[in-house]
Amino acid sequence: MTHPSLTPGIVPGRLSAEEIAANFADLHPPLSDHEAHVEADRCYFCHDAPCVTACPTSIDIPMFIRQIAADNAKGAARTIFEQNILGGMCARVCPTEQLCEEACVRQTAEGDPVKIGRLQRYATDAMMAVNAHPFERAAPTGKRVAVVGAGPAGLACAHRLAMKGHEVVVFDARPKPGGLNEYGIAAYKTVDGFAQAEVDWLLRIGGIEIRTGQRLGAEISLEALRAEYDAVFLGIGLGGVNALRVEGEDAEGVRPAVEFIADLRQAQDLSKLPIGRDVVVIGGGMTAIDAAVQAKALGAENVTLVYRRGRERMSASRYEQDLAASRGVVLKFNARPVRILANGAARAVEFEYVAEGPDGLRPLGETFTLRADQVFKAIGQTLVPVEGLALEGGKIAVTGAGRTSLDGVWAGGDCAAGGDDLTVTAVAEGRDAAEDIHAKLMEG
Amino acid sequence: MADLRTDFVGIKSPNPFWLASAPPTDKEYNVRRAFEAGWGGVVWKTLGLDPHVVNVNGPRYGAIWGPDRRLIGLNNIELITDRPLEVNLREIKAVKRDYPDRAMIVSLMVPCEEECWKGILPLVEETGADGIELNFGCPHGMSERGMGSAVGQVPEYIEMVTRWCKQATRMPVIVKLTPNITDIRRPARAAKAGGADAVSLINTINSIMGVNLDDFSPEPSIDGKGSHGGYCGPAVKPIALNMVSEIARDPETAGLPISGIGGITTWRDAAEFMALGAGSVQVCTAAMTYGFRVVQEMISGLSGWMDEKGHRTLSDIVGRAVPNVTDWNQLNLNYVAKAKINQDLCIKCGRCYAACEDTSHQAIAMKDGRVFEVIDEECVACNLCVNVCPVEGCIDMVPLAPGEVDPRTGKVVSGEYANWTTHPNNPAAKAAE
Repeated sequence: MTHPSLTPGIVPGRLSAEEIAANFADLHPPLSDHEAHVEADRCYFCHDAPCVTACPTSIDIPMFIRQIAADNAKGAARTIFEQNILGGMCARVCPTEQLCEEACVRQTAEGDPVKIGRLQRYATDAMMAVNAHPFERAAPTGKRVAVVGAGPAGLACAHRLAMKGHEVVVFDARPKPGGLNEYGIAAYKTVDGFAQAEVDWLLRIGGIEIRTGQRLGAEISLEALRAEYDAVFLGIGLGGVNALRVEGEDAEGVRPAVEFIADLRQAQDLSKLPIGRDVVVIGGGMTAIDAAVQAKALGAENVTLVYRRGRERMSASRYEQDLAASRGVVLKFNARPVRILANGAARAVEFEYVAEGPDGLRPLGETFTLRADQVFKAIGQTLVPVEGLALEGGKIAVTGAGRTSLDGVWAGGDCAAGGDDLTVTAVAEGRDAAEDIHAKLMEG
Repeated sequence: MADLRTDFVGIKSPNPFWLASAPPTDKEYNVRRAFEAGWGGVVWKTLGLDPHVVNVNGPRYGAIWGPDRRLIGLNNIELITDRPLEVNLREIKAVKRDYPDRAMIVSLMVPCEEECWKGILPLVEETGADGIELNFGCPHGMSERGMGSAVGQVPEYIEMVTRWCKQATRMPVIVKLTPNITDIRRPARAAKAGGADAVSLINTINSIMGVNLDDFSPEPSIDGKGSHGGYCGPAVKPIALNMVSEIARDPETAGLPISGIGGITTWRDAAEFMALGAGSVQVCTAAMTYGFRVVQEMISGLSGWMDEKGHRTLSDIVGRAVPNVTDWNQLNLNYVAKAKINQDLCIKCGRCYAACEDTSHQAIAMKDGRVFEVIDEECVACNLCVNVCPVEGCIDMVPLAPGEVDPRTGKVVSGEYANWTTHPNNPAAKAAE
């Protein structure tokens, strides 16, 4: 009998439950009290600190680190949550190496920044461990706001609106709230059901009702929401995926990486989740990395991530690239798929080498073929259009703090134009839109 | 190779590093280990009269730490030896017999009565010890019984007891001083007047290490209560250095040998005490924290530095910094410096800027790209930017040469020395000659 790790095709149980558990363990285990105090002492408490400038939510990082150093982790958490109510998730998933930690003066000085992300997790964990919620609602305003999308943007917006005393109803198409925090981030970055725990904790502010299974354009419509609510915020993310547009794309075993990740995140038992023996991931962003690393973690023998441009053009950080490489993922650059070879089910992908020039990618006249019984497409997601809204670059056009072309409708997060497609950016946009909605609702 | 041999008031030791009278020198077992590790001498933990004292049965030490638990300051409420006098004397004799080349000084504390002192001295002499140290410094416990710092805080008592001892023994007498006074020169003068061969300082400083904010007990806590203890360790070194220098430069005590004590942790600390006039140094907290082996670093570091600088013997360095310790009114007011930030080393944290803005003279400009530059027109060379800068050597205080114009005052820098005593703003100024 073939050893399960060598079974051809897409099958579950390539690794033992213990091996899978180890592969999906917390990527950055929490700091102990002592580690946190030592790390906090490394912060120089910079004047007008560059890390704060680099943070999309402008958390007062030197202050919260000083609070940790002074044995006041809950005070530190409050400092974080004042700016970023999803500070717990951001501590886990932010590409800090491209944000606060890249700006840290100790990065300049010695190539070893203060571990801001891990300190943020230490602080936010401390408050969430005792199930304390740091904020209270203002007196009711009598205003009602609809938030569409219970992802980071929608939740941040809803929380801030609730704090201001508004009544908020959050609609989400999926069965659970959380958006990409729940369905779209590598499992080893948010272990032990943290995404749902964080939503539950966030909702303790009160005044927020979550309605799941409500898809815009199906169960609910923007028109009806505008009629019923005083304001509408859209944090609907990017529900569509880009196609490869190559022969064989419809073969069995070829699917969007986001679907694979969502299935994985919702799986009760990862040892029952099928995975290919030879897996090819196409793309260069975080989704590609997360899919590739998790495919490997489930026991795929060969996982190759192929990106059409050079390494330096990948939107996934060098840290993430190295993480993938250290987990056994092979990274290939400057190659794009030509066709998927299949006999019903995918069996290989043919790529051609390309070079990037002023006129885009140019074929170099040489190809190679990778065995593949499973192919994950991670070449970007697209907005599912919403009727009546002006677009910009394929996303909802916004001005100021997320104002769309429709009166009384705001948008933020991945679905809105501008800003990086990051959890932390979505939180900032949701929060800022809430402030703007509040100001607008309280006018006159 | 530098010669570290030490002759301190006739007490010889292979190096100037002695263990201070304290818990590490309480018994034969520890002292033998200390000598094996390389210590030049020990001051045996203070002997008293029988019946011996008792200690608390809870925490007797408390500490403060840096974030990585580096011990910065230690305090203790331990009393003098809590073993019978006869046991200590027997052990002292045995150790001295086996380590004749090491300094063996015996610390003593008995009631302030002549017969008590004169009674114990022959017993100590009989051990073959090289000298005695009168413990007039211990600030806790014993002072409540009229001993330790209760004596050290009254110069007349110091002089009296010192005289009794000098009359009754051939051994050199070192008087250990308490820092818990306002002017360290008074007890030092009293010791000299009583005939002391030397003083040693500092003993520990009255201290409470902290307060437990759950039960509101001071730390260290004994069943919910705390008592002030003696503070020592790296944090007290600056206080000790000053007190040593005060005695070294006091015309009335100048030349009185000093055994320096107070937070000595490395060879550099020891060299600094010696430069300020200490002929030997005593170490306690470093040994208590890291064990006896630390002396090997001290020996290696001191001799390495001496070799590098061409100092052959300890007499080449002892007291060398004393002439440079002056009163404020002797400082040269014509010396003008300016801070200079090395942009290549700057990591742009802005701490110098915050410090200069919020404390000092608003003499640092923050420019585009987080470039921090000194505004010479405002800089008074206070040094705060240097002190808060996390990068060693990034900010320097650069003196202006005579003839240059100080942009802050618009005045030409004079090469002449001029101090406050002749300054026109001093109402008591004497006209310059």
